[in-house]
Amino acid sequence: MTDTVLKLNDVTMQFGGVVAVNNLSMHVDRGEIVAIIGPNGAGKTTAFNVITGVYAPTNGSVEFCGKTVISNCPQGKMRKLYAGENIGSYDQIVRKTPDRITKLGIARTFQNIRLFKSLTVFENVLIARHMNIRANLFAAAFMLNRQEDQKMRRETDELLNILDLYDVRDEISSSLPYGKQRRLEIARALATEPSLLLLDEPAAGMNPQETNELTGFIHRLKEEFHLTVLMIEHHMNLVMEISDRIYVLDFGKLIAAGTPEKIQNDQRVIDAYLGVAEDEQ
Amino acid sequence: MKTLDKKTNYILSAVFAGLVVAILVFMDSDRAAYSYPLAILQRSAIYAVVAVAMNLLTGFTGLFSLGQAGFMAIGAYTVAILTIPVAQRPAVYYINGIAEPLAEASAPLWAALILGGLLAAFMGFLIGYPVLRLKSDYLAIATLGFSEIIRAFIAAPMLDKVTNGSYGLKSIPGFPSTLMVFLVAALCIFLMILVIRSSYGRAFKAIREDEIAAESMGINLFKHKQMAFVISCFFTGISGGMLAVFMRSIDSKTFQIGLTYDILLIVVLGGIGSITGSILGSFLMTAGREWLRFFDDPLVIGGFSVPLFRSGFRMVIFSLILMTVVLYYRKGLLGNREFSWNGIYAFLQRLVQKGKHKKGGKEAKSHD
Amino acid sequence: MSGVTLLQHGLTGISLGGAYALIAIGYTMVYGILRLINFAHGDIFMMAGYFMIFAVASMPWFLAIPLVMCLTVLLGVAIERVAYKPLRSAPRMSIMISAIGVSYLLQNLATYLFTALPRGYPDIPFLKKILHIGDLSASLVTIVTPFLTILLTLLLIALINHTKLGMAMRAVSKDYETSQLMGIRINKVISATFAIGSLLAFVGSVLYFTDRMTVFPFSGTLPGLKCFVAAVLGGIGSIPGAVIGGFILGIGETALVALGYSTFSDAFTFAILIVMLLFRPTGLFGEKVTDKV
Repeated sequence: MTDTVLKLNDVTMQFGGVVAVNNLSMHVDRGEIVAIIGPNGAGKTTAFNVITGVYAPTNGSVEFCGKTVISNCPQGKMRKLYAGENIGSYDQIVRKTPDRITKLGIARTFQNIRLFKSLTVFENVLIARHMNIRANLFAAAFMLNRQEDQKMRRETDELLNILDLYDVRDEISSSLPYGKQRRLEIARALATEPSLLLLDEPAAGMNPQETNELTGFIHRLKEEFHLTVLMIEHHMNLVMEISDRIYVLDFGKLIAAGTPEKIQNDQRVIDAYLGVAEDEQ
Repeated sequence: MKTLDKKTNYILSAVFAGLVVAILVFMDSDRAAYSYPLAILQRSAIYAVVAVAMNLLTGFTGLFSLGQAGFMAIGAYTVAILTIPVAQRPAVYYINGIAEPLAEASAPLWAALILGGLLAAFMGFLIGYPVLRLKSDYLAIATLGFSEIIRAFIAAPMLDKVTNGSYGLKSIPGFPSTLMVFLVAALCIFLMILVIRSSYGRAFKAIREDEIAAESMGINLFKHKQMAFVISCFFTGISGGMLAVFMRSIDSKTFQIGLTYDILLIVVLGGIGSITGSILGSFLMTAGREWLRFFDDPLVIGGFSVPLFRSGFRMVIFSLILMTVVLYYRKGLLGNREFSWNGIYAFLQRLVQKGKHKKGGKEAKSHD
Repeated sequence: MSGVTLLQHGLTGISLGGAYALIAIGYTMVYGILRLINFAHGDIFMMAGYFMIFAVASMPWFLAIPLVMCLTVLLGVAIERVAYKPLRSAPRMSIMISAIGVSYLLQNLATYLFTALPRGYPDIPFLKKILHIGDLSASLVTIVTPFLTILLTLLLIALINHTKLGMAMRAVSKDYETSQLMGIRINKVISATFAIGSLLAFVGSVLYFTDRMTVFPFSGTLPGLKCFVAAVLGGIGSIPGAVIGGFILGIGETALVALGYSTFSDAFTFAILIVMLLFRPTGLFGEKVTDKV
């Protein structure tokens, strides 16, 4: 029996009249690397934002490890404007905030890197370990949690070591080269001890060599940290090489799903990416 | 470049602290002679507390709050009500009378200060619920609004028996010594530094840097903002209480928006995000106002009376200096760095080297 | 309360609201374009009051009005040039602090130049004329204010919707950088915005101070803040919103004074603000903006 980590049920995200994600249902099983691909503006990042609780979906639900973490149905003004399907199937309302979702074990990176820019590499990762702090404010301020604090620092250093960032430990994060900033974002995400890692265009802005290295890097992380990975990526070579399964979005709708071989030969995917010439139809 | 080792650092700090204590004790011994500089020093130390408290919010958590005056008022009134000698209360409240339970209630200064801080913190806790969900400038205007509401309540006739309405409170016993003001201020600032350097302080910084990223790192935005806000309010309340003891008489007009702006300008002058900057800023700003006082007196040079020099001119000069800092030295004195002996040392080294360089240049020139 | 007093209070409220509305427009326009709470706007309004005092003392009012109008506009535009323009690329907090600094400077300047004592605002004869309608008596300014406010608002809306400058303003407020790329001379548009805002602040100051009779260096602070609240109430960036917000605050405040709660009339404004921000942060007519992640 497969163990489903993440499950999206009929997720629809509508901004005013614009349907950014339309009735998206998908699932990710434990230990898989799954990619979401699609042209720009297909709603990939929006889907990520729904999963991580940044946006509340207009309709639909998200389950993580069998528990509903997000569920919503059109409310207020949206009830009239709603253009999606399956209205009325989700009457339960669950809205976990991003920090709670991170605590459950979903971590993410951002498409346009969001590091704590003026802080050092070390601090960036250390902050992510604050999440599990046991000491209350007073204990922490008066340094009564020395053991815990030292453990946090030690684990941060270990993580930096594993991700080859130890040599830039004390540098200001925004001064790092682009590739290392991306890696630091991943390190920071891993510091929250996730079981599911969401990567939003990890190869964006990388040169071909760095992109090649990324495949091995993600595999290594997956093994070392027992991760399940869901990623958005435009880089087809990388996607085809690394993914177990692929979901293809176009204009917010799921148009294909399956193994890399199947996706490569899917006519609708080819049309979506290359465009269908109007006069040839 | 050579840096100082840890030991030298400690020694320098200890020497500096000792020097400050010695000077204060010396000046305290003859209060009549030094009353003017002592008043400046006391006010500076009190402002330093509230400036650091504001910096904790603005510089470290990225929350721009303009409610300082209101929270200071809460602290000030608490301390005033509890420390005015019971015997003198009928004279203070001679118009409206005093509310029954307060007539006999009194507390030692330290307890009154803490209580003032706690009340301000509790108010901050309540106010935090609605306003901390707001974004930058809305937060500023909402806290400013709360500060005005607090002031309106203080002046309200319904509370005459507590706050003495628009007559204000008088006969507050002053501080026994300037050294005590400095010790209380130092303790408050030390506690805030501990908070900033803890794991929670790092979480505050994360919120300042990027709220969305901080939240995705599992940091509960509201909880941590609330925490920073309440801590800041607590120390703002204490400094308000200290201000009341320093001024010995207060009324609701003491805590107008102008007071908040003064604190804000101190923080800006010292550098947003620098604790030592805020401390330095409050001393410079308070003393600067006094130094500029000669602008207020008519100036006569050789029988010719220089125009412009008259009452109020110093504040104009003062605000021009501040505008210059805001516009051209946006980072203030220290930016987001902290004062350190190493910094001073490096600065001196550079100065010496520059001097040598200049000399060298001159010599080279004289050769040809 | 008798019907006449009620009407009388109503008139006062509407008149105060009109003045608030005119000042609020200045806040809403500047915020719409620069995302800046122009803390100095209230002090521009105060300065306009002082200018008027000195102008009327040395010339007839019909010359003084246009002169002071120009001076106020000049002051508003100059402030933008000196204190806000150098900070275009700075974080928003810096510009806001600069605005507070300007406000502080203007107040100190006014204290220095005109002393802290309140000065009498000149009577502009035709505005002070008392009209009697039945039992109701009101000075002309009270009656004129709401109409003038509405007229000016309509003119302004026409300007924004039907002229090239108006189109540029709308573009800049939607997307600052793109409109710059589209060849809009952004500095010109911003100057024009400050000019219009200051002009309306001048009209507001005439209407406000004619009723209040005195000006002092801090008389701009509180009305300024209240008018910003009015702008938020109506939905920041929306001109009709600012006008309606101004009227709501003016009438509400007068009602409180009439009921004997004058100490709370200032607090009322901020209470409204907080309630509004909690339940409808976009104001009555504001648009919702979502952060891009």
